[in-house]
Amino acid sequence: MNGVPLTWYLILSAVLFALGIAGFLFRKSVITIFMSIELMLNAVNLSFVAFSYQLKQVNGHIFSFFVMVVAAAEAAVGLAIILTVFKNRSTLNVDEVNSMKY
Amino acid sequence: MPVLTLMQQLWLIPILPLAGFLINGISGRRFSKTLVNAIAIGTVVLSFTWALKTVLALGDERYSEHYFDWIVAGGFKVGCDFVVDRLTAVMLLVVTGVGSLIHIYSTGYMEHEGGYYRFFAYLNLFMFFMLTLVLAANYLLLFVGWEGVGLCSYLLIGFWFRKKSATNAGNKAFIVNRIGDFGFSLAMLLIVVNFGSLDFGAVFAAAPNKPEVLTTIAMLLLIGACGKSAQFPLYVWLPDAMEGPTPVSALIHAATMVTAGVYMIARSFPIYIHAPAALEWVALIGLFTAVFAATIGLAQNDIKKVFAYSTVSQLGYMFLGVGAGAFSSGIYHLVTHAFFKALLFLGAGSVIHAVAGEQDMRQMGGLRKMIPVTFWTMLCAAVAISGVPPTSGFYSKDSILLAAYHHAPWMYWVGVITAGMTAFYVFRAMFMTFFGEYRGHAHPHEAPRVMTVPLVILALLSLFGGYLSVPTWLEKFFPTLEAPEDFALVAISVIAGGLGIGLAFLMYRNPGLADSLARNLGVIYRTVCNKYYVDEIYDALIVKPIVKGSRLVLWRGVDAGLIDGAVNGVGSQAQGLGGWLKLFQSGNIRSYATWVVFGSVILVVALSLIGAVR
Repeated sequence: MNGVPLTWYLILSAVLFALGIAGFLFRKSVITIFMSIELMLNAVNLSFVAFSYQLKQVNGHIFSFFVMVVAAAEAAVGLAIILTVFKNRSTLNVDEVNSMKY
Repeated sequence: MPVLTLMQQLWLIPILPLAGFLINGISGRRFSKTLVNAIAIGTVVLSFTWALKTVLALGDERYSEHYFDWIVAGGFKVGCDFVVDRLTAVMLLVVTGVGSLIHIYSTGYMEHEGGYYRFFAYLNLFMFFMLTLVLAANYLLLFVGWEGVGLCSYLLIGFWFRKKSATNAGNKAFIVNRIGDFGFSLAMLLIVVNFGSLDFGAVFAAAPNKPEVLTTIAMLLLIGACGKSAQFPLYVWLPDAMEGPTPVSALIHAATMVTAGVYMIARSFPIYIHAPAALEWVALIGLFTAVFAATIGLAQNDIKKVFAYSTVSQLGYMFLGVGAGAFSSGIYHLVTHAFFKALLFLGAGSVIHAVAGEQDMRQMGGLRKMIPVTFWTMLCAAVAISGVPPTSGFYSKDSILLAAYHHAPWMYWVGVITAGMTAFYVFRAMFMTFFGEYRGHAHPHEAPRVMTVPLVILALLSLFGGYLSVPTWLEKFFPTLEAPEDFALVAISVIAGGLGIGLAFLMYRNPGLADSLARNLGVIYRTVCNKYYVDEIYDALIVKPIVKGSRLVLWRGVDAGLIDGAVNGVGSQAQGLGGWLKLFQSGNIRSYATWVVFGSVILVVALSLIGAVR
């Protein structure tokens, strides 16, 4: 393979994934958390496609398409939930949405 | 005689009463009494007719029908087979014939009772099971009938289920019979293990090859027979069973069901003749029961109790006959006893009906003029059971006594003494009921025609039933027993019966004599009057310990301690675990996410350590 080696793609993917985790753990806004999840999914997609290209197999592409479909569906449902939560609670802070606990 | 070649459709005989049971049982509540009567009596009479037709066509050979395979397991097979041979023929006619008469009688006796349709439904169900028992061609099918009649007995004893004593008596009958049935079940298992079949023909053909197990099998069968036929020590349920309506006492607890034990032993005669020790026990138990129950019968004041103990005693006679090897004599007595004891019970029912439900003979007396038909018919039964020649009881009892003499002379003498006691207590009951002054307060009236006609028919059968020569009919069926006619022996037993009657008359003429005798005998009289305290002894030795043990060990120990403890323990442990786990449920999304991250990291590290990740 000429051009960019596989390792670089994987490092980028790992960095993006770590950023996603960090965002998920440390941000309070639901919207931001949501975006972090998307970031993680796309980090995984990147590594899938990179491997697929490296190994000359189509499996990785198919997988990443599935992930995209799931992500789209998740976005639709998730945004609907966020809207409803905001309507009921007038807040987007996850720490204040905690009634489902012991 | 025409040979049976075509199918005789034996299944019709029991199925007809079953149909009656289903129709009356399901929708009898909405039927008029006439319709219930028509269905109940009609099915039984049809069944009798069919049985008669089958018996008339019967030759010397057994005739069997196979309907379907009931249980097939490897080489072991139990079919739903019916068989008719000469022994079955006798039983069929007795069961359906006496059964029909008692059904007819019941329409009069039960007229004013609630649950009319229910009574006849049970009675028909009983007929079904009894006929299944009699027709069965293998032990398992016989056992189905055996248990079925036990169920019907239970249902009918407790017919007046609002009465505590009646339901208790029903329970007692059922539970005591379980002991016997346990023996029967074990016998069947042994038969299967040793012979690989339950079919009568196969088992009896193979029986002589394995003499060593036959005694055990025969003894276990005897335990079953003792339960069902109310022999010592399992007889205690029968006197209590008199709580049921009187026609039930006549049909189930005198004429048919209780003779099932005798029938079963006679049916299994190929086993018993190769197990002489067991046969000896049959005779001993029968003889002891005959004497024992007769002595109790001497001092009872409840008219039905007298006849109940008399039934136990007469069943003992049948066992004696069978045990002495005179199988046909035992069956002969079974037949004649069905006639005269059914008559005695139905007569007693008529008396009770006349005096408005009173059963204590001390409250009766002088009824001879008021209910003459009942009196005369019962008198026929009384002379028959006392063995007065030439009534039916004379023939059957003497054939048993002769066989007993042939077997062991002392058994004959005990049997003769029992015959004397039998005559005494039956005539004591007759004198107390029908002679002297009326001591009660009701207005006695003769029973309606539907009740008296069966009485008259049974009276004729009691008087002349001896000429239905059952032993001749069964001659080729059972191994012949050489018991030469001996005029002296016959005369002695007749004299014993006569003495019993005379003594009863003497006591009736001088009531003071009976009282002073009772006083002089003191302890003995009280013991007999209280039935030797057998019920109390059983209560103290068996019932109480079981109840106590159940309460202390099974209930408090096993149930409350072990089972409840285990269940509650599992519950509280789960609760404790949950109490600890619920702390993870903080409601904070980021703490959940942290756990997930931790988990994944641990997973990845662990997989790397075991080398799954390269």
